[in-house]
Amino acid sequence: MSTPSTVPADNGTIFYLRSEHHPENGTLLGFWLYLMSDCLIFACLFASYGVLGRNYAAGPSGADLFDLPLVALNTTMLLLSSITYGFAMLEMAKNRVGLMLSWLVLTLLFGLAFLSIELYEFHHMIAEGATPQRSAFLSSFFTLVGTHGLHVTFGCIWLVTLMVQVAKRGLIAENKRRLMCLSMFWHFLDVVWIGVFSFVYLIGSMS
Amino acid sequence: MSATEGNAPAHGHGDHHDDHAAHGSLKGYLTGFGLSILLTAIPFWVIMGDVFRSTTTAAVVVLVFGVVQIYVHMIYFLHMNSKAEQGWTMLSMIFTVVLVLITLGGSFWVMFHLNSNMMPMQAPHETMTSPK
Repeated sequence: MSTPSTVPADNGTIFYLRSEHHPENGTLLGFWLYLMSDCLIFACLFASYGVLGRNYAAGPSGADLFDLPLVALNTTMLLLSSITYGFAMLEMAKNRVGLMLSWLVLTLLFGLAFLSIELYEFHHMIAEGATPQRSAFLSSFFTLVGTHGLHVTFGCIWLVTLMVQVAKRGLIAENKRRLMCLSMFWHFLDVVWIGVFSFVYLIGSMS
Repeated sequence: MSATEGNAPAHGHGDHHDDHAAHGSLKGYLTGFGLSILLTAIPFWVIMGDVFRSTTTAAVVVLVFGVVQIYVHMIYFLHMNSKAEQGWTMLSMIFTVVLVLITLGGSFWVMFHLNSNMMPMQAPHETMTSPK
């Protein structure tokens, strides 16, 4: 007997890894990696704000400029837009196009409200002479908060594009994938904003 | 994983397999939302109400609440777990967090030391009037 006796017993055993799902496309992982690289951009901007944020050049400081109730309102807008996007994703999972689109419209409105409040704040600061050229503090402030605002702007544009696509083509697999990417993007911007309001506005207004 | 295999027909769209993980649940979103409202309101209250006399204490409290809130968003809104995409999202996130900590910590550390070493140079009129 050259064959080991255990071999016939093993023939019935199915031998594959159940936990290893092979992803059919790597878009979601790839998009996640993009977000992580975006995270590094924001880390650099936070670092430069952290280093330069107290160099006022005899100009206004955060305590003079920041209007905390306005920032609180802004934060609320972004938080609400996050939860409405979450509700839209739940409706997407149930394939209810109409409800999902209405949640997305609400998300867009909250996003636009956030942008309007931020632009109003920037306009107010610049009108008072607190322009990005005024001091290193203001340069780094406008770069950091402005970059976040630009991300939200492009998120809104993307949101409108996807709403048009869903309205035309319905909830096909491609649109679901795109909506999930935007979901990650939107929640990621919310995470960045947590850093902005804690580190820039709240701590900056104590100076 | 065996739990998600049970409802195989749900994966008909063939988009990806971790349906539950990617969409979250109503309860999860509401929990995350409630927690983040709370974790936002407390730091605003700490600063606007001048709760702590020492600014350092207040800054540390605000930063700790910020970190906790980022964690809450990661779990309830971004649905981070160690299973999604065979753990690659988690691994890349840990890598990014390490890079972010090096970037932030390194910058602050180096620039703080630079500032304290440059302290005597901070009065420009003195250096201008001092004899060569």
